[in-house]
Amino acid sequence: MNFGLRSLLNQKKALAGLLIVAVLWLMALFAPIVAPGEPGARVGRSHQPPSIEHVMGTTKMGRDVYRQLVWGARSSLSVGFATGIAITVLGTAIGLVAGYVGGRTDAMLDLATNAVLVVPNMPLLILLASFAGTVGPMTIMTIIALTSWPWGARMTRSQTMALRNRDFVTASKMIGEPAWRIIFVEILPNLTTLIGINLVGSIIYAIVAQTTLEYLGFGDPLKVSWGTMLYNAQNSSAIMVGAWWDIGVPALGIALTGLGLALLNFTFDEIANPQLRSGPALTRWFRLTRARNRELELGR
Amino acid sequence: MSDNLLEIEKLNVDYLVDKGEFRAVKDVSFNIGRGEIFGLAGESGCGKSTIAYAITRLSKAPAWISGGSIRLDGQDLLRLPERELQRIRWKRVGMVFQSAMNSLNPLMRVEAQFHDVLHRHTGCSREQSRVRGEEMFRLVGIPPHRISDYPHQFSGGMRQRIVIAICLALRPELIIMDEPTTALDVVVQREILEQVVDLQRSYGFSVLFITHDLHLMAQLCQRIGVMLKGELVEVGDVRQVAQAPQHDYTRKLWNAIPKLPDNSRLTGVLA
Amino acid sequence: MKAETNPVVVEAVIRLEEIQRNFGPVHALKGVSFSLFPGRALALVGESGCGKTTCARIIARLDRPTGGKLFFRGQELAARGIAKDEHLYRREVQMVFQDPFSSLNPAFTVSHHLSRPLQLHRQSGSRAELTEEIARVLASVGLEPELTTRKFPHELSGGQRQRVNIARALAVAPSVLVADEPTSMLDVSIRKDILDLLAKVKRENELAMLYITHDIATAAHVAEEIVVMFAGQMVEWGDTDTVLSDPRHPYTRLLLSAVPDGSRPFVTGGSARFLEQAEKIRSLSRPESAVIEQVGPNHFIRALGVSN
Repeated sequence: MNFGLRSLLNQKKALAGLLIVAVLWLMALFAPIVAPGEPGARVGRSHQPPSIEHVMGTTKMGRDVYRQLVWGARSSLSVGFATGIAITVLGTAIGLVAGYVGGRTDAMLDLATNAVLVVPNMPLLILLASFAGTVGPMTIMTIIALTSWPWGARMTRSQTMALRNRDFVTASKMIGEPAWRIIFVEILPNLTTLIGINLVGSIIYAIVAQTTLEYLGFGDPLKVSWGTMLYNAQNSSAIMVGAWWDIGVPALGIALTGLGLALLNFTFDEIANPQLRSGPALTRWFRLTRARNRELELGR
Repeated sequence: MSDNLLEIEKLNVDYLVDKGEFRAVKDVSFNIGRGEIFGLAGESGCGKSTIAYAITRLSKAPAWISGGSIRLDGQDLLRLPERELQRIRWKRVGMVFQSAMNSLNPLMRVEAQFHDVLHRHTGCSREQSRVRGEEMFRLVGIPPHRISDYPHQFSGGMRQRIVIAICLALRPELIIMDEPTTALDVVVQREILEQVVDLQRSYGFSVLFITHDLHLMAQLCQRIGVMLKGELVEVGDVRQVAQAPQHDYTRKLWNAIPKLPDNSRLTGVLA
Repeated sequence: MKAETNPVVVEAVIRLEEIQRNFGPVHALKGVSFSLFPGRALALVGESGCGKTTCARIIARLDRPTGGKLFFRGQELAARGIAKDEHLYRREVQMVFQDPFSSLNPAFTVSHHLSRPLQLHRQSGSRAELTEEIARVLASVGLEPELTTRKFPHELSGGQRQRVNIARALAVAPSVLVADEPTSMLDVSIRKDILDLLAKVKRENELAMLYITHDIATAAHVAEEIVVMFAGQMVEWGDTDTVLSDPRHPYTRLLLSAVPDGSRPFVTGGSARFLEQAEKIRSLSRPESAVIEQVGPNHFIRALGVSN
């Protein structure tokens, strides 16, 4: 079991994923430098296709799409990542406690998990959002986090239950470690790969959920984010008038983020399950075996 | 036609790793005679199981047979195409693994599993398979009517005997047993192995018996080989290897295993 | 267990009195009684399912008996003890597990595994003292501290891991050590070394040791006294040498006759008879019986019960 960053960086997929995500974050962080000016300012004529002056064209309201992408990244990425972290923390904590303590506590938490799991997320989100009116990022974050933790809780719970019966946990009990220490210090580090997978999946989910809500109009129209960009583009019938850049660019932003995170996810999967690793040794073995089988067939 | 059923010569098996390979079996050569019980001893990682899988070419990646020959009745198994090898597996060479008792399909009755194997290799009918299955059950000491039970209804030791029964049903010439009784307790182990010895005497098949328990090997086998880190360091008649081991490691292995104190002379229950 | 052979009466550290443990309809333990004395080991021998592991778990307080009494230094342990007492007991009884790998946390180094028990139970002050203590305990199990402290479990061999397990158990300075099949998952060539280590550790620390195994041949190597169990009952027990050289109960004899012995090769034609005899002995030994016969100064057997 490798716990170091080194093992992560050894995989090419991980490196690529990390790079993509890092670039997007840096872009958002250095927005004032990368795309100076007010993202909401009217800088050109409406629905201009990409040109040298406006690399990604303009929206119906004459705003620079590139500038909106860069500044919108701030909201989309920060809310997405923060929500993803919140979902993971919530799900992991609940899963750990349920898995380790068992009994009544587990039964109750299991009931709660099932209840939240069964409710369809999107409709619930829309319902809650419509009650709240237009929602700022904090509200969106809370709503998404409160409805999406069960998946991670389930996984964490089963893994915890498997670990709970291992001798090293019994040994810790026998030397008198208190339960909280066993859960958070002894068991938790053995769940890092699972938490990694959980985190990445949750972030992707959060970004998509947030974008969906905003696209449907529940976002703050005064704030710029990829979701509101899509909302505005939809409302101005961008596709119908052929302004593909209006919809395409925010979609690209989301897709790239998803790609980067998915690449990272593969790696966590491979660390957790070495059988998935497709190292050079295995490829060589397959090649040699195929060659030999062919030879033997011909030999007869 | 030589006296030897199996002749392994200069067998080399490598494990492919990212940067090169690791030689798990180094130039190993030994023979197994017809009707002989040959033991292969050594600790974990010495390569004995690797050899067992190599004989029937069931080695899993990244194990790669890189050299040598394995002749069954003069025919080199390593040069056979897969089709022909499939005719040899089970029909002429059977295998019983350590966890074989867990390799029975929990969802199928035992008689169905007998039929599965017998039909594949002899094309016989269900009725014929059942008759044969009951015959084999009798041979391994399980009441024949239990053939319609499911695997979970038998104890671990009985399941291991069932696997041996299925293996024997095809009357193979060689049975490879890889630590078949290591997970079982000592009385069950003796029950199973006594039966194997009797069956072996009746049917005349050869056995390659792999274990780390040298004392067990001395009870069971006629000739034994000792492996250390991929090499066969000693091979010969069991009495000779037991009383006058040539290699340091063999001596070390004999001495390392705690034995019952000498004064526990057992006239015991089954003199 | 009689202590009369000793002129000085040494008090048993642990005493089990008619311990019963039922799991629903299954009677895992049917009236087990024995004692553990300081500096002496007792071997609990039997096939899987005989109840020996259940016994170990009860002594380690990982499980509670459904009947009978458990005494620690003469004090009876209540079914549900007070937290402070439980914590003290934790210090006194430690366990060495069967699987050397799963008994160590893969996420932490050897140093963590040893510092935790020390921090929990010893009033050790400074960091330097802690490091010194860790080094001392590692050396006492035959490991080199400088080489071992920083390693992770997967970097150690099976034998080394088991030594770390023993070191961890010793770190709290217990008075009882329960070793549950400590060598069955190790390579044959190092088993004896670990058994010798356990014997040494027992002597040096005056530990009362319970050694659990299915391999009766190793019992003589480690334990002065032996208890043979079958189907939840003690069938024969007493002085190890006596029991092994003069077994009286049919099950003990069956067990001993089945131990691989190179000088007694299998004779063809014997399998049916052996099978039949083994089955008969098992069915004779299974029924519960409360009658105990003493056949020697420290040698007892349970009379065969009547099956219903």
